[in-house]
Amino acid sequence: MTNTEIYDKLKSAFGPVIGEWHEQTGGEYMKRLSSYADVADTSFIRDVCLYLRDEPGLEFDSLLLLSSVDNGDKTLSVAYHLESKTMRHYIALKVTVPLDNAIVPSVTEVWSHANWQEREAWDMMGIKFLNHPDMRRILLDDDWVGHPLRKDYVYPDYYRGMKVPY
Amino acid sequence: MEVLERKMQTLPVPTKVIPAEQIDPKRLRTEEMVLNVGPQHPSTHGVLRLEAVLDGELVIDVVPFLGYLHRCFEKHAEAMTYPQVVPYVDRMDYLAPMNGELGYALAVERMMGIEVPEKVEYIRVLFNELQRIASHLVAVGTFGMDAGAFTPFLYCFRDREDVLEIFEKTCGARLLYNYIWVGGLSHDLHPDVLSMCRAFVKKSRATHKEINELLTFNKIFVERVANIGILKPDVAINGGASGPMLRGSGVKWDLRRDDPYSIYDRFEFEVPVGTGMMGTLGDCFDRHWVRMCEWEQSLNIIEQVLEKFPQNDKTDVQKAVPKRIKPAAGEIYSRVETARGELGYYIISKDNINPWRVKVRSPAFVNLSLLPIISRGYLMADLIVILGSVDIVLGEVDR
Repeated sequence: MTNTEIYDKLKSAFGPVIGEWHEQTGGEYMKRLSSYADVADTSFIRDVCLYLRDEPGLEFDSLLLLSSVDNGDKTLSVAYHLESKTMRHYIALKVTVPLDNAIVPSVTEVWSHANWQEREAWDMMGIKFLNHPDMRRILLDDDWVGHPLRKDYVYPDYYRGMKVPY
Repeated sequence: MEVLERKMQTLPVPTKVIPAEQIDPKRLRTEEMVLNVGPQHPSTHGVLRLEAVLDGELVIDVVPFLGYLHRCFEKHAEAMTYPQVVPYVDRMDYLAPMNGELGYALAVERMMGIEVPEKVEYIRVLFNELQRIASHLVAVGTFGMDAGAFTPFLYCFRDREDVLEIFEKTCGARLLYNYIWVGGLSHDLHPDVLSMCRAFVKKSRATHKEINELLTFNKIFVERVANIGILKPDVAINGGASGPMLRGSGVKWDLRRDDPYSIYDRFEFEVPVGTGMMGTLGDCFDRHWVRMCEWEQSLNIIEQVLEKFPQNDKTDVQKAVPKRIKPAAGEIYSRVETARGELGYYIISKDNINPWRVKVRSPAFVNLSLLPIISRGYLMADLIVILGSVDIVLGEVDR
């Protein structure tokens, strides 16, 4: 199936939960792997992912990448790039949440790969994942202040009493 | 003394002595112990800390702690122009920088729709396969060392030296090359390189045979690594494993074949998978065996590249390098198969000379996240071997 067909199928199954389709211009490769569908209602993302994984004919068995993005307009996004290794098709989803209330349901139950990627998204971008089994920082220290990949991140002057040299 | 005697008289005297054979081991009180491995430890392959929860010698759980080598790649990349990111890419997977560079260059080229000259494609494939062999040599050598075999490690490093020499002759650097640029390469091939490659292939085939005899089919080694760290295929796919880790579990999946990039569709090669030949499917031996077979397949690809290489093509390797790299607004997820698995770049461009966001799917990071799953229930000594079989590079895990 092409990803627009999958998008139509999702749209018929979930209706208004699925938002717009963002077709990437550029080559065939970009169209195939990088075009994404907005998921308008964030709270449904886990159900959408479960549907994509378990529906016969879709069978998205692997999550390629879960990434967090600061859009620069007081919103954060989480992008899901999915692939079916058996059916050989792809789709990408994106949810957008406000910066001051960044909570997204976790998809760790659906794909265990999401576990560490969600921890990284929390660490770097400050997106909380609901029902995540182990929501800790992963790359930075536990006492680090702030989430560095946000565009409004202010570099600290001191870390544990040590002057940060630049 | 008197005090002590008085004290002993007040102690309760056991009324009945239970013979040892009647003691029920299930009723004995035991305690779990947390053992800290690393961060500075030779068998963690870099700066990784593991907290192993042990019951006697059995591993109940492992919790990896990362971030000791975190260098803020993604934050840096947002402040750099597109070509300036390439040296940072080198420093992620420092055992296979060519693979990482190709992935990044391809991602930006796909965003901008750049077609690179055929000669450049050949050189890229040639160097990527050499790099894959160099990386697998380190993986196989250190894995042998984790299992207690020191000699193969030295042979592996001796051969890796030849690859590094080829790279040094071409671009002057031995470890971090900045060689594959967006749209081209930094230098053309040195005239000696092709003959050096031919000599390397010949020598490497001999080493491959030697390592197989010394290590792979050595009974002590097989007993040590077979049947431990078993990763089932469905768990591997669900957990996002890739590269030899996924293929070791019997899943025939290689991006060079299944989602071909560059000119890989022109070459004949096989995708080796684990079969459980020495034990169970998806054990440490299978992962090692997949690496050994991939080494041979890479040699086959190199031979085909050398055969078809357009030697009289005098095209400038920087012909397609754009003067100004500024992709149109949009985003891409682009991926290549590195020595460790699927390396993906998620790049968002907002029509600027710096990327808005660069997120890396690093195969070592994802493969390492499966370590707790595959090491529960084995011995502490096996944990070291299992970690060795995952073949992590901490530069890429922590980025």
